[in-house]
Amino acid sequence: MKFKTVLAVAVLNAVAWAPLAHAGEVIVSAAASLTNAFKDVGSQYEKLHPGTKVLFSFGASDVVMRQIVNGAPADVFASADQKAMDKAVKAKVVVPSTRVNFAQNKVVMIVPVDSALHLKSVKDLDRADIKRVTLGNPASVPVGRYTRASLEQAGAWKVVQSKEVLANNVRQALDYVSRGEVDAGFVFATDAAIMPDKVKVIQALKSPVPVLYPIALTSRKGRSPEARSFVDYVLSPAGQNILAKYGFKKP
Amino acid sequence: MPDFTVPLFLSLKVAGLATFFAGILGAGAAFALSRWRSRWCDVVDSFLTLPLVLPPTVMGYYLLILLGRRGWLGQWLAHWGIELVFSWQGAVIAASVVAFPLVLKSARAAFQDVDAQFENAARVLGIGEVAIFFRVVLPLASRGIFAGVLLAFARALGEFGATLMVAGNIPGRTQTLSIAIYQAVQAGDDGLANILVLITSATCIVALMLASRLWPDYSHRGRSRVRL
Repeated sequence: MKFKTVLAVAVLNAVAWAPLAHAGEVIVSAAASLTNAFKDVGSQYEKLHPGTKVLFSFGASDVVMRQIVNGAPADVFASADQKAMDKAVKAKVVVPSTRVNFAQNKVVMIVPVDSALHLKSVKDLDRADIKRVTLGNPASVPVGRYTRASLEQAGAWKVVQSKEVLANNVRQALDYVSRGEVDAGFVFATDAAIMPDKVKVIQALKSPVPVLYPIALTSRKGRSPEARSFVDYVLSPAGQNILAKYGFKKP
Repeated sequence: MPDFTVPLFLSLKVAGLATFFAGILGAGAAFALSRWRSRWCDVVDSFLTLPLVLPPTVMGYYLLILLGRRGWLGQWLAHWGIELVFSWQGAVIAASVVAFPLVLKSARAAFQDVDAQFENAARVLGIGEVAIFFRVVLPLASRGIFAGVLLAFARALGEFGATLMVAGNIPGRTQTLSIAIYQAVQAGDDGLANILVLITSATCIVALMLASRLWPDYSHRGRSRVRL
């Protein structure tokens, strides 16, 4: 009798926790830089599709990609660079045929708005009074990879590397600069635009690789049937207008 | 083979210093609390125990607000050219703060367990208060204090949340073992993560074995260490 009760509870638990998509729910794992824009896109999508809930999981692209590889129940993956998406394709967690670029961005150098250091460009970062510069960790954060590639091209990478404070995602780098804990930092133009009262853009970097954001459907079993329609909305003129509002360009 | 000795030695340095500070301050505060007869005693004790209960991220945030370049204390320290955020010294402070209550708790219990008769006997024999503390009270409470110090070391070595917020993640400078592991897993570098995890486990086991060697009384109940 007791055993049966335990078994019943165990089975019920297993059913309740099974990572199945509920009807009318789309789970989107996306790059941290998309946080504000995608939340807006999500609420507009929910208005157009009553009864549907869009849930987000934001983080460094590589980190959310790893979460999907490890079984996170995501329906859509939106990355801030091609490399993280390539890794997702290689791990067979996304459907390659659904992969499409949906936004474009820029990497900028920022300083705290009250900075008295009068930085003019990345060339100034080799000054002795510049002690700490933050950037996303190139090993797991796309903005860090873009930054590294740009700085290598500009011949400033070694200097920045000696002063680097690595951030776990672009928003952490933004936070370090906005609090004045570092002298300068590298984030996407769209991130800097969120805190115009706290950070000042010094220079937009020339990137040897275009800063393109790809999106794709995941390949998991039980993927939400609405995943496709969410991606279509992101690509539609309405979705693109919302992204443009936050400073993202069309690819 | 990636160089894991840098985060290993950094972790040992940070945890060692943090244990030292937490040990001295924790035992001192515990002694004061055990001898102080006041109804505020428990309030102060609860306040000092907060770092044990609060999430490390909350402690990290408080420390950041306090010690950051624009923090209350940080601004003042900056005038003297001292910057604690994003430095290994900052990691020591973070680890000390979270490890402190562990020493406090077990040391306070140990001090309170010391039978007042021994102290009174020493007083009757004409021994000064300072000598009584070092030769009677401290040896009698040493087992409890040591247990607290051991826990503090383990806690300091494993400290992650507050350290990440205060000291950041700078390879070679503030990247301790736990943060290096987090970093390796985030970057999908499972090979490095495996090595670092094994090293951390081995370090903890060695530290525990070393501790029982250095302090045989801790694991084997020996004779009384009180010598008057």
